[in-house]
Amino acid sequence: MWIERWALTLAVVVPLVGAGVVALLPREREALAKGMGVVVSGVALLFGLLALTRYDFSLGGMQLELKLPWIRTVGASYHVGVDGISLPLFVLTLLLTFLCAVYTLRWMPEGGSAKAFTALVLLLETGMAGTFIALDLILFFVFWELVLVPMYFLIAIWGMENRVYAAIKFFLYTVFGSVFMLLGFLALYFRASPHTFDVVELVRMGSSGAFPRAFQNLVFLGLFLGFAIKVPMWPFHTWLPDAHTEAPTVGSVLLAGILLKMGTYGFVRLALPILPEASRDWAPLIGVLAAIAIVYGALCCLAQRDLKRLIAFSSVGHMGFVMLGISTLSRVGVNAAVYGMVAHGVITGMLFFLAGSIKDRYHVREIQEIGGGMLAKLPYLGGVLAYAAIASLGLPGLAGFWGEVFSLLAAFNPAPGLPLGLYRGLAVAGAVGTVLTAGYFLWMLQRVNLGSVPERWIAKPMPDVVLTEWVAWAPLLVLILALGVYPVLVFGVTNPAVTTFLALGR
Amino acid sequence: MKVDLSALAAPLAVGSGGVVVLVVDSLLPSSVLRAARRWVAAGISLAAMALAGWFVGRAGTPGETLGGAYVLDSFSLYLQGFFLVAGAVVVLVSLGGLGDETPPGEFFFLLLTSLTGMLTVPASRDLLLLFIAVETASAPAFVLAGLERKDARSAEASLKFFLVGVVSAAIMLFGMSWLYGWAGSTGLAEIARAVGARPRDPFLLAALFFVMVGFGFKVSAVPFHFWAPDTYEGAPVPVAAFLSVASKTAGFAGLAVLCFFAFQAAAGFWAPLVAAASVVTMSLGNVVALWQRNVVRMLAYSSIAQAGYMLLPLALVGRGEATDGQALSALLLYVAIYAAANLGAFAVVSAVKRQEGGVFFSDFSGLGRRSPFLGVAMTAFLVSLAGIPPLAGFFGKLLIFLVAIRSGAVWLAVVMVLNSVVSIFYYVAVAKEMWLPEPAGGAFRLSPSLALAVSAAALVVMGLVLWPDALLALPPSAVLASP
Repeated sequence: MWIERWALTLAVVVPLVGAGVVALLPREREALAKGMGVVVSGVALLFGLLALTRYDFSLGGMQLELKLPWIRTVGASYHVGVDGISLPLFVLTLLLTFLCAVYTLRWMPEGGSAKAFTALVLLLETGMAGTFIALDLILFFVFWELVLVPMYFLIAIWGMENRVYAAIKFFLYTVFGSVFMLLGFLALYFRASPHTFDVVELVRMGSSGAFPRAFQNLVFLGLFLGFAIKVPMWPFHTWLPDAHTEAPTVGSVLLAGILLKMGTYGFVRLALPILPEASRDWAPLIGVLAAIAIVYGALCCLAQRDLKRLIAFSSVGHMGFVMLGISTLSRVGVNAAVYGMVAHGVITGMLFFLAGSIKDRYHVREIQEIGGGMLAKLPYLGGVLAYAAIASLGLPGLAGFWGEVFSLLAAFNPAPGLPLGLYRGLAVAGAVGTVLTAGYFLWMLQRVNLGSVPERWIAKPMPDVVLTEWVAWAPLLVLILALGVYPVLVFGVTNPAVTTFLALGR
Repeated sequence: MKVDLSALAAPLAVGSGGVVVLVVDSLLPSSVLRAARRWVAAGISLAAMALAGWFVGRAGTPGETLGGAYVLDSFSLYLQGFFLVAGAVVVLVSLGGLGDETPPGEFFFLLLTSLTGMLTVPASRDLLLLFIAVETASAPAFVLAGLERKDARSAEASLKFFLVGVVSAAIMLFGMSWLYGWAGSTGLAEIARAVGARPRDPFLLAALFFVMVGFGFKVSAVPFHFWAPDTYEGAPVPVAAFLSVASKTAGFAGLAVLCFFAFQAAAGFWAPLVAAASVVTMSLGNVVALWQRNVVRMLAYSSIAQAGYMLLPLALVGRGEATDGQALSALLLYVAIYAAANLGAFAVVSAVKRQEGGVFFSDFSGLGRRSPFLGVAMTAFLVSLAGIPPLAGFFGKLLIFLVAIRSGAVWLAVVMVLNSVVSIFYYVAVAKEMWLPEPAGGAFRLSPSLALAVSAAALVVMGLVLWPDALLALPPSAVLASP
């Protein structure tokens, strides 16, 4: 059937073509551009869901594969496919972009033309979605870097006051990391015999011990720099607060919701299976950095006065949990990591939508200035904020819980051969982090939601959550609950794939 | 000596086209407007190039004439095709971007004469012919750079270019005369045999050194680069485009013939020198480009840095027959991809200069919003020059990385990667200037020929990712055929 072969590709190509078409629209037709954004990302989502219907959830390997010759000179091919690890992230990408397009129907940021904004978001979607389905290192790299230019412009043109600095910092930091990643890819290509960029082939070689340990460690260093900056792991995180804070709402949602996952996904898809021995050597270091990120992120959040910046720093901690799960190299840990990625994408995406909507009403972002009483002034908005914040701090029954708790569990019982004592220590640090996380979110809620409405806001008319927002948010709000009460939604998909690839190295 | 005119048809067509342009232009009555004269001259030029292109397309390989001094193989035909396409784009850019004071007859005559030399360079297998071809390509360019007669900087550009060009020609010729004395022949095949027999002879090494220094000037390799920024800045923008793409490639074509063919056996001596020149050239070009506020000067330093990247494959010669072929392919491919982006960028610059009168960053302010077409295209050209995927420049760099790593020169690949990161700073700086500030001034008027040039370049730069083999499979991996 054509769907099995082409659904993934179409979901990636449709936004690319759509971006071109939107760019050609006349500038005055703003509504048309926005509408096109919704339609195009909607069609892409539809293809993603079509792919979902053809996916066999009981299997662990790659499915819906398509492999076409691309650059014969160097043996790179257009090879795409999904397994249980990439499928949830792929669908999440298509969903979040669609919701962003819906959101901008009403809240189009100022700074440039609507058509340029829509075209860039669609271009971004191609890069993000493509990264999750690429099974060829060169193709992966092309999609990976395709994300940079549109995101740079989204921040630099539609961002807040400090946008130009934040945009260039994001761009250069990421490029710096990714060139080392590319060198790692090239090294893999030359060491593989026969030479290949094909991920499936490389995983087969890597897991059967084709690469010597010293070589693996060197390549891992290159990949680590690329992925760790993208995640971002402490101490490579300094671009994140600036970029997330300065970006327009939709930019922050996609940055936090999807872009960060490209880094963690890279670890799970490429680094772990292709370089199993190096992964074991590097895992303790990654675990330590992850634990530092958890505690450090939480402490930074406690010190933030800016609502958006607080959410940005909370990402550092949450991605720390994901990395902690990955660093355990165990079935539970990697499952928890993929779950954590999806949950963080849904929850933090939601939180950035909220930060944007709050800013649109109050025109300030400082928690102090908002001054409390939002539940009284804007009951729905306050309620949704409380819901999302509580989900983010990991309340059982909501989406944030499972990723973190299983990460900690995995750290108590990491893969054999890893230093048990160290990991138990990391688990304790992570547990402290969860307490701090609960602390800063609750404190934030107290300062924003509770108390009486400050005088300056009483007379000011503000709309509560409007219909467009409800439409854009409803899927996320439902998912937060659904993933929380029924985590098998994700674990059921990821587990066969994780089991398959962890079994490879044994 | 029997002369096979069919093998020489392409340069002959272009050269005679130049004469026809000059004659027709002088026959036109003075009442004919300058714009009309320009269209006539450009039309004849394009026709001559199309004819030459037809000859290139149907030439059989390998063919040779002039007693083996002129050889048509896949290498020379590829580069002849390249020069014709690049020349045609320069004609389009000139149509829309030349100042009104520039005499069209002289301009296109000089352009075609220079192109005649360029078409001969890659086919030359004899020192004498090579020298004549290189200088036929260079000499008209000295005058082209000074054609804006009322502009003092154009005169300065021309004079500086002329002096440097003469000095470099003298050094090159000096080295060639030694080489002739040492090998007893000007034929590159004989020289290659002699080099193979005695690759360590100090007399030979000195001769090689002088010849390569001469070419170092032509490709603006550090430390022989200082003329380029001043010349590009003072020359008319279409001429700067021509110099930075076609002249540079002609220099590299000559170097490639010598390095991959004639001097190949002595690579142990000169390859490390070329590697050093490559590293210094790319690093210095990139670092100095960071400080430029004039887009043409920025592009000049950028093209110095790019010359450093192009020297890298030459530094890999002598590490095995297989990698030699791949290095040559990588070089030829890189040149083509660089040319597309750089010609496109200069086409945009000349549109801006026509409209704004200047080429400083401030003249590009808000360009993206005034003319989204030019803005998007220029952004694509810059991003491609920086080597960021999915644009064409990435694939060019990728091929150089691959061959560098394959031949064991990993450190050269690492240096080039780091340089690419540095270059992003200044390429993005222009992009930032085009998109971020509010536009000052109205919509842009763009001549159709410039629009065509920009579209063609943008198509290559943006479309290559969809079908990379269209270009990547082109460069002949078979190394130069010997006569």
